[in-house]
Amino acid sequence: MNKPIRRISIFCLVLILALMVRANWVQGVQADALATNKNNKRQLYDRYAHPRGNIIAGGQPVTSSDFVNGVRFKYKTSWVDGPMWAPVTGFSTLGQSSGLEALEDGVLSGSDDRLFFRNTLDMLTGEPKKGGDVVTTINPKVQKAAWDAMNGKKGAVVALDPKTGAILALVSAPSYDPGTISGYDNDATKAWNDLNADPNKPLDNRALKYTYPPGSTFKLVTATAAFENGMFQSIDDATSTPDPYTLPGTQTTLKNESPNERCENATVKAGMDQSCNTVFAKIGADLGKDKMRAQAEKFGFNSTIDTPVRAEKSVFPNSASLDGTAQDSIGQHDTRATPLQVAMVSAAIANNGSLMQPYLVDQERSASLTTLSKHTEKQFSQAMSPATAQKMQDLMVSVVQDGTGKNAQIPGVQVGGKTGTAQHGENNSGLPYAWFTSWAKTPDGQSVAVAVVVEDGSDNRDGISGGRLAAPIAKAVMQAALGK
Amino acid sequence: MPRRRGNTTISPQGTPNRRNTELALLVFAVLLPILAYANVGLAMDSRLPAGMLGYGLGMGSLALVAHLLVRRFAPYADPLMLPIATLLNGLGVVMIWRLDKAGRLLSGNFPAARNQLMWSALGITLFIGVMVFLKDHRVLQRYTYISMVAALVLLAAPAFFPARAEDFGAKIWIRMGSFSIQPGEFAKIVLTVFFAGYLMVKRDALALASRRFMGLYLPRGRDLGPIIVIWLLSLLILVFENDLGTSFLFFGLFVVMLYVATERTSWILFGLLMSVGGAAAVATTTSHVKVRIDAWLDPMAAFSPHPPKGATEQIGQSLMALGSGGVTGSGLGQGRSWLINFAAKSDFILGSFGEELGLTGLMAIFLLYALLVQRGLRTALAARDPFGKLFAVGLSSAMALQVFVVAGGVTGLIPLTGMTMPFLAQGGSSVVANWALVAILLKISDSARRPGVVPAPATEGQGGSAR
Repeated sequence: MNKPIRRISIFCLVLILALMVRANWVQGVQADALATNKNNKRQLYDRYAHPRGNIIAGGQPVTSSDFVNGVRFKYKTSWVDGPMWAPVTGFSTLGQSSGLEALEDGVLSGSDDRLFFRNTLDMLTGEPKKGGDVVTTINPKVQKAAWDAMNGKKGAVVALDPKTGAILALVSAPSYDPGTISGYDNDATKAWNDLNADPNKPLDNRALKYTYPPGSTFKLVTATAAFENGMFQSIDDATSTPDPYTLPGTQTTLKNESPNERCENATVKAGMDQSCNTVFAKIGADLGKDKMRAQAEKFGFNSTIDTPVRAEKSVFPNSASLDGTAQDSIGQHDTRATPLQVAMVSAAIANNGSLMQPYLVDQERSASLTTLSKHTEKQFSQAMSPATAQKMQDLMVSVVQDGTGKNAQIPGVQVGGKTGTAQHGENNSGLPYAWFTSWAKTPDGQSVAVAVVVEDGSDNRDGISGGRLAAPIAKAVMQAALGK
Repeated sequence: MPRRRGNTTISPQGTPNRRNTELALLVFAVLLPILAYANVGLAMDSRLPAGMLGYGLGMGSLALVAHLLVRRFAPYADPLMLPIATLLNGLGVVMIWRLDKAGRLLSGNFPAARNQLMWSALGITLFIGVMVFLKDHRVLQRYTYISMVAALVLLAAPAFFPARAEDFGAKIWIRMGSFSIQPGEFAKIVLTVFFAGYLMVKRDALALASRRFMGLYLPRGRDLGPIIVIWLLSLLILVFENDLGTSFLFFGLFVVMLYVATERTSWILFGLLMSVGGAAAVATTTSHVKVRIDAWLDPMAAFSPHPPKGATEQIGQSLMALGSGGVTGSGLGQGRSWLINFAAKSDFILGSFGEELGLTGLMAIFLLYALLVQRGLRTALAARDPFGKLFAVGLSSAMALQVFVVAGGVTGLIPLTGMTMPFLAQGGSSVVANWALVAILLKISDSARRPGVVPAPATEGQGGSAR
């Protein structure tokens, strides 16, 4: 019986060898593919097994990674003043993330290739792994001023440094606390579901992702186009505008906001001060679609802006008819703009026509403070000549001095602004959006550009105007930025 | 009866008894799980686990008692088997304890390490019982037909107990309140007694009284009868109890023992043909089996948005655990094999080991099993009586087949069948039965390696009364 027993021995050996070969195949050859399989939750848990890096504003972290020592997750991210910072940082929950938390995840989680050397060194020296930090351009004082000034209203605020393009404040309201959804428990799930079900859409970043009709703030673009195309030489040149103005090629007449406005044949300055629809609709129609589009695109319309958080594209449409272009030119009809885009218009004007690429991330650095990347300022475009920029500044200063933007005046500071009250909805039935965009400069050369939009600012149509609702917010933001 | 060819067979005469080797290995086999226990405690709680000394002493003294009784009652027994069983059992308990600690994350789970420890102690007690009371393994020969009946009763019993949803369709348990046993594990040993006893008597008839047909030796109907019966029985178990593993194990066991007894290769061919035919027939008719095969072909299907009916993600989870472990593993207590869910410590405990000890650990575990099986087969080679030979071959190859079926399923080599890893896996019946199995093998090896010839006791089987 020994011969078959030997054969059985070999058979048993073959069985075990087959297992060994299979184990080598699975744990050696296929190991990486299985370890990184999208269904392998270990990757998710690994990311929370060590502290996540922080998002920093003004030298202080606005997020913190707390050691909670859960069985699944060791660390949990919390936020200081979560709702205020949420539009800047985005959120990071299980399986989903947004904003900087999503885009800078590699640095924050420590998985970025640039951190590989550091991580390996740490592993060898027994240092715990830690994610890197992302340093934002946000000025916490400006951010706080903007958040406080919004005071529960629905809308958005964007503040830019016109000289560099650095985003100083980014507020979207209503907001949410990303800390409440960063957990892994039932509370977090409930908070997540509640936020998604909220009709006010607190998870949406209105400052970057919403395009609104820009309303009268768009008249800045139209006026710029008029100067750049030589239609006027001075802000005191008279326009030949009837009041009311019949839209070209139609029987439709365009009226102004109130009968008190004296818009017939008004000067450019007077048209801007009173925000005459008739004046700028006619300028747009006279310039034509192509020239208007060219100017709008110099300001950033129809372009993708990555801050690196991608802003929704603002649109100056390719309107089929001239009456459409006329309405587009006063920021109605099909023109759409993000609050960021509107702030960029003011920034370009304040910066003598040079529009800087807006950016939110100044630096990426490792946990040991080694700089991984640093932003270099870039010009987005020369939106207009310095001469035109000077005229536009004069116009905007005039609006704040004598026109609809008086609420934005700051003593001792040169402030230029433009109000907007944008119609929207079916047959303009919705409550209009209140807009204000502005810039401010101190004698010592500091400057800031702001855009504010307020939705549903009042219960009735008459209570809403950019000057009344949005200008005080812009003023508070400019004061914070300039330290006044 | 045993044929000895000096150059190939192990000569029992003059062999040192190796009891001190066993003791040295046993120290190692006790120390390693204790260190692993400390490792888990340090990794998961950053401190040594409470009661480490107590458990260590308890395990150590159990092993010591077992060793001393082997010294006394089976002095020439193989020195490797007891340490290997102790090591595997100890590592298993540590892993189960480690998974208990992650218990909050497992659904439908209960702390099992304490139970496993209790069952292990019971297993070692049974081991000691066999050492003390089984004077000679040949005594078991008397119970050939009683064993057959007992095996059938054990196997059929679970069919009369209601199935539970959480058992995934397999009806392999006998339950009384909170107490449950898996009779298949015991039937494995009892059935081997029957096979060995029956084949020892019938081997000449099966080997010689046959007709030659197309180059194959076809046995006579009356000799062929039992294999057909066993084959059908294994398929019946498969169909009624949804227990692929056990039916495969028993069928494989029978073919192996038949082959060894008759030395006819044709039996292997018959066995293969019948098992392939049977498996194909069952696979196409039983949804349970089909689901298992589908899960084997595409382990990740269960993760898709619209998983196929009855799909389980366990194989996929097990593969991802193994893959995440890689070559060196995550370290004890630092893996996340609880993602395999409750089966992480029973059917899939090898996945847990593969993740935390890596390929390195898995290979070591496979080698331990290989050693255990090969020591058993060596015992079979050395055994002087045909019953002992057949019995040892049966027990060893049953162990090999079971390891292959379980580990093959867990690593995705073959479809999953739902058996337990001997000694490692959580499960009282399995631990107790496998300790008994090792005890019997030790007794056989003791008589095989004992110097001088021991006269066989008179048995019914040898007298030919079985005809």
